[in-house]
Amino acid sequence: MGRTIRRLVLLGPGLGWWLAFLVVPLLVVLAYSFFRRGTFGGVVFDFTLDNYVRALDPLYVRVLWFSLRVAVITTLVALLIGYPAAYYIATRPRRWRTPLLVFIILPFWTSFLIRTYAWIVLLNREGLINRPLLNLGIIEQPLPLLYNEFAIVIGLLYGYLPLMILPLYAAIERLNPELREAATNLGARPIKVFFTVTVPLTLTGVAAGCIFVFVPSLGNFIVPDLLGGGRSIMVGNLIQGQFLKARDWPFGATLSLALIALMLLLLVVQARIINRDRPASGNAA
Amino acid sequence: MPRSLFSPGRWLGAHLLLVFLFLYLPIVVLIVLSFNESGLPTAWTGFSTRWYESVATNEKILGAAATTIFIATMSTIIATAIGTLLALGLERLTNNALLDGLVFIPGIIPDIVLAIALLSFYNLVFTGVLGLKLGAWSVILAHVVFNITFVTAIVRTRLRHFDISIEEASLDLGANEVTTFRKVTLPVILPGVIAAALVAFTLSVDEFVVAFFTAGTTITFPIQVYSMIRFGVTPEINAIATVVVIVSFVLVLASQRLNPEQA
Repeated sequence: MGRTIRRLVLLGPGLGWWLAFLVVPLLVVLAYSFFRRGTFGGVVFDFTLDNYVRALDPLYVRVLWFSLRVAVITTLVALLIGYPAAYYIATRPRRWRTPLLVFIILPFWTSFLIRTYAWIVLLNREGLINRPLLNLGIIEQPLPLLYNEFAIVIGLLYGYLPLMILPLYAAIERLNPELREAATNLGARPIKVFFTVTVPLTLTGVAAGCIFVFVPSLGNFIVPDLLGGGRSIMVGNLIQGQFLKARDWPFGATLSLALIALMLLLLVVQARIINRDRPASGNAA
Repeated sequence: MPRSLFSPGRWLGAHLLLVFLFLYLPIVVLIVLSFNESGLPTAWTGFSTRWYESVATNEKILGAAATTIFIATMSTIIATAIGTLLALGLERLTNNALLDGLVFIPGIIPDIVLAIALLSFYNLVFTGVLGLKLGAWSVILAHVVFNITFVTAIVRTRLRHFDISIEEASLDLGANEVTTFRKVTLPVILPGVIAAALVAFTLSVDEFVVAFFTAGTTITFPIQVYSMIRFGVTPEINAIATVVVIVSFVLVLASQRLNPEQA
């Protein structure tokens, strides 16, 4: 069989499927963003930039800003919790590492919806955190744990923490332990070794973990919908509303493009940071 | 190293323990509550399986579960076939870092974006031009999009440990490429392929957002669960959650056993 035929048979179906059911649909979204909403919903095909002007309305900019803030906070907390956990797993004896890792990732493979629902049970006014505190007399009023930004961050953190730990583990595990030993033997204290050797050399893992947490957090719609209450909506809820409730598809399409643009922008920034830091970290080590 | 109270290892170990507590406590709470007679999270009134009985006789829930199993089976078959071919192609025919990276995009693209893109596309092409109604088939096509990514990634972990010389031997001995694939390559990578299929099936069964947008009036299992959560918490959800969690865990652990390299 010729090389072209082999490429066609092996790569063709996958790339073809993505072309038909991902690339073309995204182009449809792009096209919709330049059209108008019909009187009864639907799309009227005459060219306009109104949707983009509307997306710049402070009302919607605020929603994007809030989403960005929530996603950034979630990512940073996940990094702070995830790094030490990944570090510990990566420095265990070899036979312990895989089981520990499997148990980190296992919850991720079960229903996101149900994992989010669990936090309603835990955080609500009569929930399993408030109830014991009330009964013990530690608090007099139930703590407002649910339906706010705190609940959204907890929900997202719970959902995506395994995605932070996995790439961090991979990066730390690849790290040659002799580098740390060398630094220690040359007189560096453990803290210094950690910040001048370990962290710089695992930046790719940090970046991958941050992307894996940040991207799905930013566009999330289940967590703010179930744990955020009506007040704190994120861009995912806004898009959902435009498509399923307001039936303004062109504006919903524009908002989705804003979301994608924001993500791509941050991914590029992140890639630049890594590329800039790489040679520097080589020198430092 | 002295194992004192202040040794960093201890602190890190305690930290990891807390991480596991954070990850598993909410799940354990749901499982315990599913056996609570009162059905309330506030008071334990005794052990009971009544909520499981109530789920098992709920026509709506069972119907939604059957729809979801059909969707997951179909999307798993398609995605496993396509993803395995793609994994072979990427591993053998190309050495392109950009392409390797792009393959992950359908897996990490926010579900809401995939959902509205497919809804717009279906509406324009299938509903608009062909006059078809959205339903299980449109969810199947959608789930294949992200499942190909996961299947490809898992099968590739298997292919990296593959001794290519046995394929060459088969070809030298006169077998053609299709026979070689069927008789040599596939049997060797089969555990990886099955592992990938199990993960794809789990993802499809649990997937909510994309199905919510592309199912038309069809009710999948997660859509049913969502509407139950959204419109007042009913005690049956704890029983449903327990079943879903256990089924997912069993499938994923089985997948992990078949193909240990994928973790």
